[in-house]
Amino acid sequence: MKILVCISKVPDTTSKIAFTDNNTKFSEDGVTYIMNPTDEWYALVRGVELKEAHGGSVTVVCVGDSSNDQIIRKSLAIGADDAVRIDAQPDDSYFVAAQIANYAKEQGFDVIITGKETINYNGSVVGGMLAELLDLPYVALVTKMDIAGNEATIEREIEGGKEILSVPTPFVISANKGLAEQRIPNMRGIMAARKKPLNVIPADAGISANTSVVSYSAPPARTACKYVDADNVDELIRLLHEEAKAI
Amino acid sequence: MAVIAYIELSGNKVKKASLETASYAAATAQKLGTEAIGLALGSADASELEALGKYGLSKVVHVNNAQLDNLDSRVQSKVVADQMNALGGKVLVFSHNYTGKALAPRLSARLNAGLVAGAVALPETDGGFVVEKTAFSGKGLAKVSINSDLKVISIGPNSFGVKEVGGSAAVETADAAVEASSVTVKETVKLSDKIPLSEAELVVSAGRGLRGPENWGMVEEMADILGAATACSRAVSDVDWRPHHEHVGQTGLAISPNLYIAIAISGAIQHLAGVSSSKTIVVVNKDPEAPFFKSADYGIVGDAFDVVPKMNAALKKLKG
Ligand SMILES: Cc1cc2nc3c(=O)[nH]c(=O)nc-3n(C[C@H](O)[C@H](O)[C@H](O)COP(=O)(O)OP(=O)(O)OC[C@H]3O[C@@H](n4cnc5c(N)ncnc54)[C@H](O)[C@@H]3O)c2cc1C
Ligand SMILES: Nc1ncnc2c1ncn2[C@@H]1O[C@H](COP(=O)(O)O)[C@@H](O)[C@H]1O
Repeated sequence: MKILVCISKVPDTTSKIAFTDNNTKFSEDGVTYIMNPTDEWYALVRGVELKEAHGGSVTVVCVGDSSNDQIIRKSLAIGADDAVRIDAQPDDSYFVAAQIANYAKEQGFDVIITGKETINYNGSVVGGMLAELLDLPYVALVTKMDIAGNEATIEREIEGGKEILSVPTPFVISANKGLAEQRIPNMRGIMAARKKPLNVIPADAGISANTSVVSYSAPPARTACKYVDADNVDELIRLLHEEAKAI
Repeated sequence: MAVIAYIELSGNKVKKASLETASYAAATAQKLGTEAIGLALGSADASELEALGKYGLSKVVHVNNAQLDNLDSRVQSKVVADQMNALGGKVLVFSHNYTGKALAPRLSARLNAGLVAGAVALPETDGGFVVEKTAFSGKGLAKVSINSDLKVISIGPNSFGVKEVGGSAAVETADAAVEASSVTVKETVKLSDKIPLSEAELVVSAGRGLRGPENWGMVEEMADILGAATACSRAVSDVDWRPHHEHVGQTGLAISPNLYIAIAISGAIQHLAGVSSSKTIVVVNKDPEAPFFKSADYGIVGDAFDVVPKMNAALKKLKG
């Protein structure tokens, strides 16, 4: 089974978010980068588990410059077999998806896994775009996936419930919590990762973004917290009803 | 030219999320000086579709084909794209919920239409076409310009609201070529008849401070009194005190209800990321230094096991 896992680089979850250049750019000042959590914890680990159970290989793909190599090495240490970095600035989701589709179309992957969403752009869209560009089924927000032969049984969240589906390979999914458990790379994995191939390929110059960020801003600040005494709970309920009009 | 609202159906009925989608599409159409048309795929009661006129749709096109009752994004994408072309749609609007997350990106790629996912405001249309969305998991907002001719927008649930403007929509049925689906639904599990978290206007949430799943009775009671959904911190779902789908935050579900009540949750930055755009936030925590108070509108410093039952009693009184 040939598995492709899409990974991206995001600011650490505790990063202070600030903007520069007249609020047109994210300020990288003092920011450390990590592998997007759902890509690492769920998409990658489930890919590696499937390979361990059924044989085959896990390739990771990342669209970005060489500053992504660190997270790519980490994914190899966790258990991916090889990596492809498409050398370009990930300008928007369509650009990223189209570059990955362009690479993947000749490779014959059986399963393509993305994370649920990146924690910086919060699109939750690259997987769906990729599926459309490759004309494959797409199941979003998957919490369980097992494969027997060329048929996968998949559990996904829907509004107010869940659905159990079966889908033949090849297909694309986005990985949600529940799909796998986080793995911490061990020393052996880290050593092995150094010898695994990381292929850098040029981007397709014919693909361009169709959106662009005009400006960023901080969310509106909240006014100071109004404290109510624990012995005066009725007052809180009154405030929620009459002042906040929330209930 | 028209603005198309994707209308979600479930059991012949229009889903609540689509009332907001319709309202947003109608307001966008008004800005562009055109009409807003609903597009509903699958089985539906005609009266349900007519009633969408109340939210500003002039017409609803109904592809009445039971094969479309289950969401296979690949099959639906082709039908929606064909209708977009047939109706001269310029802007296509979804809710940024489970369905929208499966469909909007496919349509964006299929129609080569730039997508803004998780929009929080109407497009700014003087000059270009710019839509504001949340970014950095609620820690920022981004204004994104869509540079293609066709546009797709998915709106953050609860960020625009349902707006009744009166009126009734003409319902037209349309035929469509529907491909056979390769996705087979084996089972659909409804999580009781509770309100889905992603759609909820009121949310009661609790954290590790409650010490164990056996103590969630009072949280569920509060949710029942209010007609609210329940949520939890990651620390709680990680140890299976509560189901994964209740996990809110940066790596869980991001929500923006009218009211978020946080009980015995510390307010870690990753938790706040997913809930900070809630309109009103109430925090109950026994530690006056808990970071959550900095992001709260109302706070009670106290023991949840004492405060929550009192809140429930007061809420019962209010609700009569
Ligand atoms: C990469 C990453 C991603 C993460 N993503 C998320 C996410 O999406 N969502 C999320 O929630 N977390 C996330 N976390 C975890 C987050 O950092 C916190 O660990 C978590 O939110 C803590 O949960 P908690 O507040 O329930 O528990 P705790 O931090 O243990 O806090 C419990 C609180 O309860 C209070 N308390 C205790 N007893 C009582 C009582 N009797 N009455 C009243 N108050 C009481 C305490 O004072 C304390 O403030 C993430 C962490 C990382 C590293
Ligand atoms: N630059 C990138 N390179 C490779 N994969 C990416 C990139 N950006 C996003 N992805 C994948 O797409 C998923 C969804 O991203 P998004 O649509 O931006 O929320 C992520 O979880 C990744 O798996």
